[in-house]
Amino acid sequence: MTSRNHTQDSSGVRGFHLDHQLQLLPMDTSEKTEVVLLACGSFNPITNMHLRLFELGKDYMNATGKYRVIKGIISPVGDAYKKKGLIPAHHRIIMAELATKNSHWLEVDTWESLQKEWVETVKVLRHHQEKLATDSCDHPQRSLLMDRPGRKRKWDEQKQDSSPKKPQEPKSTGVPRVKLLCGADLLESFNVPNLWKTEDITQIVANYGLICITRAGSDAQKFIYESDVLWRHQSNIHLVDEWITNDISSTKIRRALRRGQSIRYLVPDLVQEYIEKHDLYNSESEDRNVGVILAPLQRNISEAKHSNPTA
Amino acid sequence: MKNRIPVVLLACGSFNPITNMHLRLFEVARDHLHQTGMYQVIEGIISPVNDSYGKKDLVASHHRVAMAQLALQTSDWIRVDPWESEQAQWMETVKVLRHHHNQLLKSSAQMEDPDPSKTPSASAALPELKLLCGADVLKTFQTPNLWKDEHIQEIVEKFGLVCVSRRGHDPKGYILDSPILRQFQHNIHLAREPIQNEISATYIRKALGQGQSVKYLLPDTVIAYIRDHGLYSSDGSWTGKGKIS
Repeated sequence: MTSRNHTQDSSGVRGFHLDHQLQLLPMDTSEKTEVVLLACGSFNPITNMHLRLFELGKDYMNATGKYRVIKGIISPVGDAYKKKGLIPAHHRIIMAELATKNSHWLEVDTWESLQKEWVETVKVLRHHQEKLATDSCDHPQRSLLMDRPGRKRKWDEQKQDSSPKKPQEPKSTGVPRVKLLCGADLLESFNVPNLWKTEDITQIVANYGLICITRAGSDAQKFIYESDVLWRHQSNIHLVDEWITNDISSTKIRRALRRGQSIRYLVPDLVQEYIEKHDLYNSESEDRNVGVILAPLQRNISEAKHSNPTA
Repeated sequence: MKNRIPVVLLACGSFNPITNMHLRLFEVARDHLHQTGMYQVIEGIISPVNDSYGKKDLVASHHRVAMAQLALQTSDWIRVDPWESEQAQWMETVKVLRHHHNQLLKSSAQMEDPDPSKTPSASAALPELKLLCGADVLKTFQTPNLWKDEHIQEIVEKFGLVCVSRRGHDPKGYILDSPILRQFQHNIHLAREPIQNEISATYIRKALGQGQSVKYLLPDTVIAYIRDHGLYSSDGSWTGKGKIS
């Protein structure tokens, strides 16, 4: 990485450009871009690892000094995704809600899961970005900052005040931006044939942005280097190192449950209790959608055939 | 039908602070012993080390005990025992095992149960106390002067070890490398944790010092306690009695 901000005078003394120095100063909140982290996935079930992704993503983006993360959204995929072992959306939603009960900034969104057909990730991003734009229009002075209950009360008090007072919340730079939060597995799934449309991937990284939590030493950087689309938009792809190997995959959780093994402390207690109470995961549930083609594969392959009938 | 041997698992350590990984050790160990068909785990005990252990950054034991208590509020089989931390000074692990074993024998003797219809799994056999640890602790047996050989022998011969695997460690190798461990390897149970969960307390302290989130790595109640008491803050001013050695 070249050090373009360093200069050297004739005596060899290094100086910094002024703009670099300004970057080192803590920025006043009014210049930060507000960000909403959106995670799409099966959440089958939600685990402590999913929740950690949000915490790591938030810490990272806030620490850049350029962003302020105001909300995290968990968007469980619809049943029409047809993934093997995917249990009904209403259970997955309830578990996600139980898991985020104690969070001030994470919430669960059901829009995607309520659609009749499977929805491409880029469309979910678009839906949420448009929703944020509409919210901003309706309440121009309102900050969506939900970090502390205290702040929420302040906004309510402001509403009472009829005179146009200067807002107490920091001015935002406009509509908050939605970014896709994910692990390295999603990034690498871009290469799976027919899973993603190239134009969708392009839109995701060009118009929205990716925050990808990766195990330290993973191949994510190499992956970006090897893709022209990702490379072109690398400034919009944030790779966050995860120093704690946190391999709590939902697949392993389901396997442990089938074998009568404990999943305590891997998922929030309320989620574990819910799973136990409703006996959600067993060999029958794991057999759901066996032999069925995953919705994106089905759609992309048939669309390709449709546009190229001789293929 | 053969009766299962009742087992109590004892974990010694700094618990500075307690994390979800520590709690997982108990769950994994219990599952493992149950799967052998030979044991019934009846209790888990967390025994935070005495302040005079002198480990760097160790916060006062009353805090570490309180945090463990909060973490275990929702557990119906694991508890904290402050005995070790309340002694005048640090004591060897084997002594902690001996103490708890004596306590166990005393309470077993006091329990009179003439009921002939007692379920087979709750046998009249004397409960066994086993030391629960991660593979990293097994490795420390090799560190010169850290453990006395006769203590290692007593631990594996008289009590037994349940060792939960950890990434980057080769517990089978450590056992084979040590004559004492080799001799009593039948009393060393190696439990595999298929879900890698490397939540070290060291990392937690570092993250807290840097103002980073540790949510979902340890129970919310413990995080709240740490925050309320200003523990592990970056300015190095311990409100606890911890020694910065």
